Amino acid sequence: MKEYQTITEISGPLVFAEVDEPVGYDEIVEIETPQGDTLRGQVLESSEGIVSIQVFEGTGGIDRNASVRFLGETMKMPVTEDLLGRVLDGSGNPIDGGPEIVPDKRQDIVGKAINPFSREYPEEFIQTGVSAIDGMNTLVRGQKLPIFSGSGLPHNELALQIARQATVPEEEEGEDGDGSEFAVIFGAMGITAEEANEFMDDFERTGALERSVVFMNLADDPAVERQVTPRLALTTAEYLAFEKDYHVLVILTDMTNYCEALREIGAAREEVPGRRGYPGYMYTDLAQLYERAGRIEGKEGSVTQIPILTMPGDDDTHPIPDLTGYITEGQIMMDRDLNSQGIEPPVNVLPSLSRLMDDGIGEGLTREDHGDVSDQMYAAYAEGEDLRDLVNIVGREALSERDNKFLDFADRFEEEFVQQGYDTNRSIDDTLELGWDLLSDLPKTELNRIDEELIEEHYREDETAEAVQAD
Amino acid sequence: MSQAEDIESVDEDGVIESVSGPVVTAADLDARMNDVVYVGDEGLMGEVIEIEGNLTTIQVYEETSGVGPGEPVQNTGEPLSVDLGPGMLDSIYDGVQRPLDVLEEKMGTAFLDRGVDAPGIDLEKKWDFEPEVTEGDTVEPGDVVGVVEETITIDHKVMVPPDYEGGEVTNVESGEYTVEETIVELDNGEEIQMHQEWPVREARPAGEKETPTEPLVTGQRIQDGLFPLAKGGTAAIPGPFGSGKTVTQQQLAKWSDADIVVYIGCGERGNEMTEVIEDFPELPDPQTGNPLMARTCLIANTSNMPVAARESCIYTGITIAEYYRDMGYDVALMADSTSRWAEAMREISSRLEEMPGEEGYPAYLAAALSEFYERAGKFQLINGGEGSISVVGAVSPPGGDFSEPVTQNTLRIVKTFWALDADLAERRHFPAINWNESYSLYKDQLDPWWESNVESDWPEVRQWAVDVLDEEDELQEIVQLVGKDALPEDQQLTLEVARYLREAWLQQNALHDVDTYCEPDKTYRMLQAIKTFSDEAFEALEAGVPVEEIQDVDAAPRLNRMGTAEEWNEFIDEIENDLQEQLRALY
Repeated sequence: MKEYQTITEISGPLVFAEVDEPVGYDEIVEIETPQGDTLRGQVLESSEGIVSIQVFEGTGGIDRNASVRFLGETMKMPVTEDLLGRVLDGSGNPIDGGPEIVPDKRQDIVGKAINPFSREYPEEFIQTGVSAIDGMNTLVRGQKLPIFSGSGLPHNELALQIARQATVPEEEEGEDGDGSEFAVIFGAMGITAEEANEFMDDFERTGALERSVVFMNLADDPAVERQVTPRLALTTAEYLAFEKDYHVLVILTDMTNYCEALREIGAAREEVPGRRGYPGYMYTDLAQLYERAGRIEGKEGSVTQIPILTMPGDDDTHPIPDLTGYITEGQIMMDRDLNSQGIEPPVNVLPSLSRLMDDGIGEGLTREDHGDVSDQMYAAYAEGEDLRDLVNIVGREALSERDNKFLDFADRFEEEFVQQGYDTNRSIDDTLELGWDLLSDLPKTELNRIDEELIEEHYREDETAEAVQAD
Repeated sequence: MSQAEDIESVDEDGVIESVSGPVVTAADLDARMNDVVYVGDEGLMGEVIEIEGNLTTIQVYEETSGVGPGEPVQNTGEPLSVDLGPGMLDSIYDGVQRPLDVLEEKMGTAFLDRGVDAPGIDLEKKWDFEPEVTEGDTVEPGDVVGVVEETITIDHKVMVPPDYEGGEVTNVESGEYTVEETIVELDNGEEIQMHQEWPVREARPAGEKETPTEPLVTGQRIQDGLFPLAKGGTAAIPGPFGSGKTVTQQQLAKWSDADIVVYIGCGERGNEMTEVIEDFPELPDPQTGNPLMARTCLIANTSNMPVAARESCIYTGITIAEYYRDMGYDVALMADSTSRWAEAMREISSRLEEMPGEEGYPAYLAAALSEFYERAGKFQLINGGEGSISVVGAVSPPGGDFSEPVTQNTLRIVKTFWALDADLAERRHFPAINWNESYSLYKDQLDPWWESNVESDWPEVRQWAVDVLDEEDELQEIVQLVGKDALPEDQQLTLEVARYLREAWLQQNALHDVDTYCEPDKTYRMLQAIKTFSDEAFEALEAGVPVEEIQDVDAAPRLNRMGTAEEWNEFIDEIENDLQEQLRALY
């Protein structure tokens, strides 16, 4: 290993050094400052004679006399099953005071793409116990389903609730005996210490820490490190899922901070910026993270991702949510209005979507009526929402009886179906029965998305009859 | 060069000068533009995209981590080509035509490794060759010399390569051959194998383009009925995320009546491609009943696979499509999504530090798009036959904003525009094609086909539907202000008719066994049934029946069940009768 004292330029998070031997692209670098600190970085560009290095911990303290060592390998994550229960910093070093980690193997953190031919299509329903998700935007194993949120919205509470409650129904009954266990990987990028405490307290309170690996890059940690944190988390997830048969749920928060870091480095490298200053390769870069979710044929485990991002200005056309939406398999949308109404969780189901829902529900998976009920509730809620605008102008009295029923439906939908609190765990049966309860307020003939036989089976005649009498 | 050939034809080695992501520069490399090169000790595949002085810039089709200056670069001296021959159907390729199933086997892992090559078609497999020429016949480029049964559905026609001179057949024999064995010899010494190569960035030669007059029947009511695409036409499907682009594309790939379907998953999701790989072998082709895969070639370059291969996958796909067109087939090519392709161009262009055009896209974006779409069309072939390529490109405009460069440049070229609408998708109106914004310029030239194959009054009935939907659009603005009940009765009735058009006719459930495919006759009869309701209802209204009573007739809501009815002819007969009876009974 050669050591150089040839730094020629330091600019933002970048260091340029002259070399006399070729250095590989993406290789890991150690820089020792005159004070004796060791900083780590990565080769961003390698040319004959000069390399540019991105320093994870920031370039503070580096001067021209600092020595640069090239380790001759790309960044690796030491992985082992013992990582479960541990808390690591954003670069993968333990910060919980526990014992040294003895790795089973060291895995490249730039994951390789899964061959689409080797993938298995995800279709196993995960019950999160949250009606707005289970009923309307079902999550399945191996899916990547982000939460699109905004500053000041309770996305963390929702993520924690999902992490706590997520089960696959068949497992509850203890059958199958495949021995696959459930693990949570938590990758925090640039969250505040307070938020971090919230997560850690909840993990400890519920005992979830034992089956979790936590990567913490806090708001005051170096921004460049955020580039590495999710990759470390996903490498660990892949190892646990595809070599140790775990069903892994990866929560990444906050992707917006990750993208900011990406922009920072792009700017420091004087790259041609794309939309709003974000680098042109952001789509590819994000895809390399999100696409690491999935199932592989012949493997027991799975990687399911719930990335969280806060939309700047609640704008879902901002490049970060926009590019994310094009890669992920749907999105759960948090809504400021619902939040101020006190709905918990404030999920607006209309712009939310789960692309893998259709194959993960139905007979044998959830319930035969699931698809139709969800479609019908979408249509009815959308109609109710439309009518609300009209009510603001003409008042409720000017509307027909039919329209009023849809308005009532929309209100009940928010107040009873979406509203449930962060500690309520509803089974899919509860959720669907609640759905029928709401739908039975509408006249039968309006339920044109539902199969007639299913209406016969589930529609609650009495309640409508009573309602009519009460009129 | 194609992978089927040996790497021995190397011209001159160069040395890597610098590496930055997928862009590598090499010194002392003797190469032409677009030559394929092997980069580094691992031999990663790349393509020459810029030459300046002693330096050559290469885009690499594989991950470049760990590659450093000083490593060698080998030139193959040939442009990026595809292997053409039997065995392409029922296959799934990456962006540079490496079969993904073979890669899995060679790499021994579910993850894609680097530096592994595989020929695009199986070189070992023996095919049963049936000659169509005899010794003494004269053949010219493009002529069919024989056939092999490629799949249960498709006969693969073995052609004289277009860059041959042609001549008199001196030797031909039926029998079992691999694709590399000579099956026909010509008097000028040319030997014909089943295997051909063609550089992807160059269109295969064909004769004149003709005006397409036959629709590509898609089995989707709104597309066939209101915004048809011709065989040999071009269409774009733009839409924000979540509006159903991919489902729409897949529906077309499943149900359209093309002979061959080339489906390009360009920079899209891995799980989506897996769904196609799992579904297509099981789904029956509506024309033949055979598995859909037997007529399909899949190209999957998912978003996390190398960006340079994403740029090339569109060309790989269209070249394969042209090859089947040359056999006289009607080919449909779906590209999902062309925006990812454009972004790949942008990414490479910005790494080259080229002067950017609009929104950072390279200035040659419009040229690249039109070059691609112009490879579609109904063609006179060089062998005198006819074949067509229809191209359907999905566009993913950032933020759903259609004014962005990729959408705008695409719209200047394509003649059918299916605009997907997030609002419709939110209320689960699928396919979420907006009927006010979409258009098709093929409508008039396809009308004669509908008149002679479906019903002679088709153009009038369709126009009626368009008018009602237009009127609804205007009325809705008033309703937003004053409420529906404030409208005069005839306008309320128009809204009711329009509602049935939307809910019963335009909506179609891709997941329902019956509704997922709707033949043209059914599309017509369903529309006619709604028109019957409209005609009878307006007569009742004129006779003084209040609009509430008209809306409440039993038979009307049953219009919503037409799409899912299996015995639709009887079902629609019955509804039409009931509608007449019940509405006439009111006055």
